[in-house]
Amino acid sequence: MGRLQALFINPVLNKEIKLRFRSFKNFLGIFLFLAVCGAVSLAFIYIETQFSHDHFTASDSRNLFMLLSMGQLGLIVFITPGLTAGAISGEREKQTLNIMLTTQQSSTSIILSKLFSSILFLTLMLVASLPLYSIVFLYGGVSPQMVFVTFGCQLLTMLTIGSIGIMFSTLMKKTIVSTITTYGVMLFFVVGTIILFFIMLRFIVGVSQGPPGAGQSSHILPYLVLMLNPGVAMMTSFEKNMFVYQFQQLGIDWPLWLGFTLAYITMTVTALLIAIKRLRPAMRLKPTRKKKG
Amino acid sequence: MIEMTNLTKRYGSFTALENLTLTIDKGTVFGFVGPNGAGKSTTFSILATLLAPSDGSAYVNGYDVTKNPKQVRRHIGYVPDFFGVYDQFKVNEYLDFYGASYGISSAERKAIIPQLLELVNLTEKADSYVDLLSRGMKQRLCLARALIHDPEVLILDEPASGLDPRARVEMRGILRELKNMDKTIIISSHILPELSEICDELGVIENGRLIASGNVGDIELQLQGQKTLLVTVKDNVEQAARFFEDDPNVVQINRDEQNGQLLQLSYQGSDDEQMALLKKAVNSDLSILTLSQKQTNLEDVFMEITKGGE
Repeated sequence: MGRLQALFINPVLNKEIKLRFRSFKNFLGIFLFLAVCGAVSLAFIYIETQFSHDHFTASDSRNLFMLLSMGQLGLIVFITPGLTAGAISGEREKQTLNIMLTTQQSSTSIILSKLFSSILFLTLMLVASLPLYSIVFLYGGVSPQMVFVTFGCQLLTMLTIGSIGIMFSTLMKKTIVSTITTYGVMLFFVVGTIILFFIMLRFIVGVSQGPPGAGQSSHILPYLVLMLNPGVAMMTSFEKNMFVYQFQQLGIDWPLWLGFTLAYITMTVTALLIAIKRLRPAMRLKPTRKKKG
Repeated sequence: MIEMTNLTKRYGSFTALENLTLTIDKGTVFGFVGPNGAGKSTTFSILATLLAPSDGSAYVNGYDVTKNPKQVRRHIGYVPDFFGVYDQFKVNEYLDFYGASYGISSAERKAIIPQLLELVNLTEKADSYVDLLSRGMKQRLCLARALIHDPEVLILDEPASGLDPRARVEMRGILRELKNMDKTIIISSHILPELSEICDELGVIENGRLIASGNVGDIELQLQGQKTLLVTVKDNVEQAARFFEDDPNVVQINRDEQNGQLLQLSYQGSDDEQMALLKKAVNSDLSILTLSQKQTNLEDVFMEITKGGE
């Protein structure tokens, strides 16, 4: 328990939180984020009540929830690489990494602290936006389960992108290279996967001429590509029928959220393990005589 | 203590460090001298567990740097040649963070930090932001940081570089205090006179190889093959010269042009042989006024052997 506690509550995390939350620009970031979210919500309600119809229905409320949730997911995808891709390389560039590596802090503790301190800031942004959701709850149309699934999806996305950012930050010497690489991966996840999915779908469906019948093999590759897309995974949790037809054509009946969850957990664990292993140099072990000092 | 045996570091075909074998006893202040790129920082990085050696072994207080890096880290305080600080920290917070990173309890940290700040003369800056400190103050703060867990071994890579003369004097004073605290210190510097003054022993490294080590006299002997003894006699200079000529370790005798009573002996014997010779001279009927060893200008020796390699 003590060891586990030390991994999550430790000097590096304390330091990161202190330095991060001490700066004015972070306060300003949260303020602007809430202002934008509030403006979008109010504008949405205004447009719905003034131009579409003169009342705000539960269905409108649900649409507003989806709009806010997708907006926040977009924010996570956009901000997380910037917050994490310089976590280790930034210390290296500031010439503070070597000193930190000669302390008693374990590599696991340093990497997890860096990840959690970055994510904590984004989580604060999400939590700070919760009162905005009260507008949604006021009009109904959204189940508590939907809220939990949405938050779960956002947190997992944040954790995975953060881990990938930290991994690149550990592997690459320069923050700029690490940041560009992380954004590149994110761009592939968000845009590339959809394009690739439809290209593959068109090719496969074009070849097999319709959904696979008995004896025909299912095509899992497009599913594997699409499950990397957090936006699509979240949308399918809102709209259960979304992509169902396409998956039928491919002969797959697994829900996308399942693949997304498994893929993102696997990527998080793998990225963190690589980062932890590569943070310190592999001190070569060779059979040498143990001396008594 | 520090023990390195055939320590080697290669980067592809380039050998940064080649078969470095060196033992530094507990409580010794060891100065590492060499031009840029000689392998000093590579050696220090290996000892600080920041770099894996390609071959050979290195032990700090009996712990192998490759097998027990965590134990090694517990026993060392490392000040790198170039380092940054967290600008948004205050001096107190900076030390508190590193104290916590070494697992020191909050109560202990509160007791230790004022003592360390006093040691490095930064007490009045305890609540200043690190960003506002001068370079010399940052160097001293970094030294305090390296001492927070009371390590037995200090690895100081160019701690006086970039400091103005006053800051250097202050740094030298702190190092003397640390020496009195019986710390084993391995230090590198380009400021040779300072090193020879502070250090018990010196090592000269060039192109990754240790070419000489020991005290200043030893190094002169190793590098030049001989040392210079100065003998002043009251009279009978010729008789004295003949006496010293008979010693097989005396290579050459020069009579000082300005002071006719002063003999300069080029001597290649060991310390024990030198002692025996001087004892014999004192017990003889020579009218010897003074016997001494010429103080070496280490900087000249260093420039000579490294051929201005910097």
